[in-house]
Amino acid sequence: MIYDVIIIGGGVTGCCIARTLSKYDLKIALLEKKADISMGTTKANSGVVHAGYAADRQYIKRHLSIHGNKLYTQAYRELNFPFQRIGSFVVAVEDSQIKDLEDERKKGIQDGVPNLELIFDKKRIKHMEPSLTDDAVAVLHAPTAGLVSPYELTFALAENAAMNGVKFFRSHEVVKIKHTDYTFTVRTFGDEFKCRNLINAAGLYSANISKMLGLDYFDIMPRKGEYILFDRNAMHLNKILFPIPTVVSKGILVCPTLHGNTFVGPNAQNITDTEDTSTTEAGLKEILEGARKLVPNLPLRASIRNFAGLRAVPDTHDFIIDNTDVYGFINVAGILSPGLTSCFAIAEKVKEFLELLGVVMKVKEDYNPIRPRPERFKDLSKEELDQKIQEDPTWGKIICRCEMIPEREILDAIHAPVGARTVDGIKFRCRPGMGRCDGGFCRPRVIEILSRELNINYEEVTKKGEDTNYLMCHTKDLLLNEIKRGEEAE
Amino acid sequence: MKKYEADVVIIGGGSAGMAAAIEVKKAGLDVLIIERDYELGGILLQCIHVGFGLHEFGEELTGPQYAQKFINQVNELEIPYLLDTMVIEITQDKTVYAVNNKDGLIMVESKAIILAMGCRERTRGAINIPGFRPAGIFTAGQAQRFVNIEGYLPGKTFVILGSGDIGMIMARRLTWEGCEVKAVVEINPYVSGLIRNQVQCLEDFNIPLILGYTVTKIHGKEKIRGVTISKVDTNFDRIVGSDRFIECDALLLSVGLIPENELTLNAGAELSSNNGPVVDNNLESTIEGVFACGNVLQVHDLVDMVTAEAKRAGNLAIEYINERYGKEVKREKQIRCIAGDNVGYIKPDLINLSDISKETMFTFRVKYPDRRIQIQFRDKENNQLIYKKNKVYVIPSEMVEIKLNLEENQIDTGCQHLIIDVVPRPEVLIEEE
Amino acid sequence: MFNSSQSAVKVIRCIVCPSGCTITATPDQSGNVNFEGYTCNRGLEYAKQEYYEPKRIITTTMRVENGFLPLIPVRTDTPILKDKLKDVLKEIAKIKVQPPIKMGDILIENVLGLDANIIASRNLNKI
Repeated sequence: MIYDVIIIGGGVTGCCIARTLSKYDLKIALLEKKADISMGTTKANSGVVHAGYAADRQYIKRHLSIHGNKLYTQAYRELNFPFQRIGSFVVAVEDSQIKDLEDERKKGIQDGVPNLELIFDKKRIKHMEPSLTDDAVAVLHAPTAGLVSPYELTFALAENAAMNGVKFFRSHEVVKIKHTDYTFTVRTFGDEFKCRNLINAAGLYSANISKMLGLDYFDIMPRKGEYILFDRNAMHLNKILFPIPTVVSKGILVCPTLHGNTFVGPNAQNITDTEDTSTTEAGLKEILEGARKLVPNLPLRASIRNFAGLRAVPDTHDFIIDNTDVYGFINVAGILSPGLTSCFAIAEKVKEFLELLGVVMKVKEDYNPIRPRPERFKDLSKEELDQKIQEDPTWGKIICRCEMIPEREILDAIHAPVGARTVDGIKFRCRPGMGRCDGGFCRPRVIEILSRELNINYEEVTKKGEDTNYLMCHTKDLLLNEIKRGEEAE
Repeated sequence: MKKYEADVVIIGGGSAGMAAAIEVKKAGLDVLIIERDYELGGILLQCIHVGFGLHEFGEELTGPQYAQKFINQVNELEIPYLLDTMVIEITQDKTVYAVNNKDGLIMVESKAIILAMGCRERTRGAINIPGFRPAGIFTAGQAQRFVNIEGYLPGKTFVILGSGDIGMIMARRLTWEGCEVKAVVEINPYVSGLIRNQVQCLEDFNIPLILGYTVTKIHGKEKIRGVTISKVDTNFDRIVGSDRFIECDALLLSVGLIPENELTLNAGAELSSNNGPVVDNNLESTIEGVFACGNVLQVHDLVDMVTAEAKRAGNLAIEYINERYGKEVKREKQIRCIAGDNVGYIKPDLINLSDISKETMFTFRVKYPDRRIQIQFRDKENNQLIYKKNKVYVIPSEMVEIKLNLEENQIDTGCQHLIIDVVPRPEVLIEEE
Repeated sequence: MFNSSQSAVKVIRCIVCPSGCTITATPDQSGNVNFEGYTCNRGLEYAKQEYYEPKRIITTTMRVENGFLPLIPVRTDTPILKDKLKDVLKEIAKIKVQPPIKMGDILIENVLGLDANIIASRNLNKI
């Protein structure tokens, strides 16, 4: 079997490309190194859909993000992922910063960013965002900026792609690629795939993949960003709050999430280890200090989690989206912020590149762009809930108390196309363990359900794939081993 | 939708809920217990060690034994209960909505509600340990459930952070199952739990107790492979150069308990600084007819104290139904109790002025240990010392209980705030307690 | 004659109340032991017990076959010698019991001849 297209990388970029191409009559596969999709740079991401004014005009990322923002409207209607345009503020705290904001506004409007507005009226600012610091002298308001749950978007993209025929292979790390006679042979541990066209969306590992084909024209460096998450109800924000940006990043933001939490972060540290998602004492201090400049009264006692994510930073300072010198090989690399914003525009671009390569794009007759909205206990009225439980009792069995998740939602997460195989996979698809108890009550139940539904032992259930098992052995096993060893010694 | 009616609905079928239900039932009122787990008993069922029941039954019982005695009474009295049932909403008019997988949506109309949902454990997030987020990090209670109920060991070599009782008890429990506990690490310069547990759970097995240290880094990206611990200064900041690496394949956190009050908060009741509901001297929350007892109100040291408080709540709910329910009673004037020097929180939060002739049971915890202290109750408005009591020592792990009749102590009826301080004794005298 | 563990000075931390007195037990030449540091009679009694014959209650679990739960919590009905703890734990580990079980049921009688029974801490039904 020779695929028309293979995509390497199951982050938001790879999955978005897969879904966009799934509209056409093509044989497509996606290979992901980790045990689940969306678990790399996509997972620990600010989840901000930027308005698009921030990047410099010389970069394609500016144009792709402005266009990408607009594409969210239709995608949201089709894919039913959590998304809301709540608007963002860039906050000036000194008069000297106002000129920069005014420049941003002018250029943004010229380039098609809608309704950018510079607000000086302190009363109005305070009214729009009561939590904001009194030091704010002006804000740049971008009403089209929004929030998206990056992993839920990615799951939605993958599910819809799978519904339309894309094959997903998780735990398939690419170790070798050969290119002969217009055919790529892609080797993973234990498997081999063939395809005509190969798309490299491998995030932090995209430079390595490119080098496998002898293309050594860019490098990717990991840049770490740490975050602190606060409990729901701890505070309420109306807007995404940015400081005046620096050269390396858009700065430490204070931001609501679509689930009612608030987070602060990220900072920006260039590191060398692509697996280093550890948080640090200094880093956590840094983001709290940064965040306090925007919101002085942070609910420190309500912090429920800290985590770090890595951005794939290219040495070219821009997205690398190329039809390369290797015929049929497309690099989609260095997709850091505003990559999430740009994903739909990037996927369109990749489609155009494939057309240039002569791939025939014929729309499938049975293409279905709709990924149904996952049914959520929380969205149901009491009457609907009653009806649901009568039809299916698993709606009435609450597994996660903090987030009110019934067994049904967990079963749906497991049995969805490209469904969950790990505890983290379930957590990111339907939220058990995301709450303030950090999985204290629900984890044993989730392990039990996974073990039953996947027909594996308790000890084989993992947090996030190989070598992350929760449980070691049965109670008494160690004592029984000791007894056995004692008997053998005698 | 299934409908029930009861004079009193009790939310939570653990030690507090069962004790309150028994009181209500014995008074001849209709009661219904709603429990989210698959059996009655609550957290006691996983606390298989001894140390329960000395006050209540005059003998040392295990948690399951203590629970079983109450479960037996609930059954003998034919008190109805719903298992596997999750309360999703409590309304101001005391209707309780719940779901389970047999009845679907359940609506219970009641005259009074007793909140008895217990508490939950503080987690790693709440204490912000830097490092990776690998598999192998558990709260002590979670590990306890795996080992004692589900039948699995979550690791072979452990480090336990926090010297609370659950942490120390788990150290012994794991040792007894053949695991190795490398250390119990405590950020404070003193042990948080009972001395008895320090001796019988740690010293008996030569498990090192490392005071004044905390975990400052978690190692291992997939599975935990160790922790760095560091000495801290008086502000709990890491002292540079004091780092030590300890290898382990699991980390247990025993870093405190918090009353579980999401339902209470959503119902519109006020919470106080300990995350328990604000209650008056009748254990009544800021919603009329909604009472709270046990660990949902404040985390107790002993289950016997939970039982005593729950019995009181049961009787106060009965009194409410008999004397105040359905009557237009004007909200009366109240004195607000304020946690002063070295007091973490104080219960009750409010005292009805009309109740000052009755005895009030005050309970509180100190923030840090101290010796040769005086507990003082002061009327803020009149700057008058109402009551004082000397104690040889106070420690955060031991709740202080004081029964007091404010009228007999000549409180002024103009008092609006009662401040409770724990201060060094004004003059040092050799006194017997 | 006293064995070696009893002839040395032993420091005992009293657990009778939260004061946590440190009690020192010092044997003299003739075998009499002098206890120092206790502040009440209960403390002295405790120290004597800890010195001459330290005992503990074991609380653990026992495996259940076809039970509503895989394990049942069990305990010794009386304290047993501290240095026999491990042997008793291993003995308990070897055994599997059948439900129904009632609280107080004796699951191992006179375990290892130590004059203590292993009893069930709760009721447990079949699956």
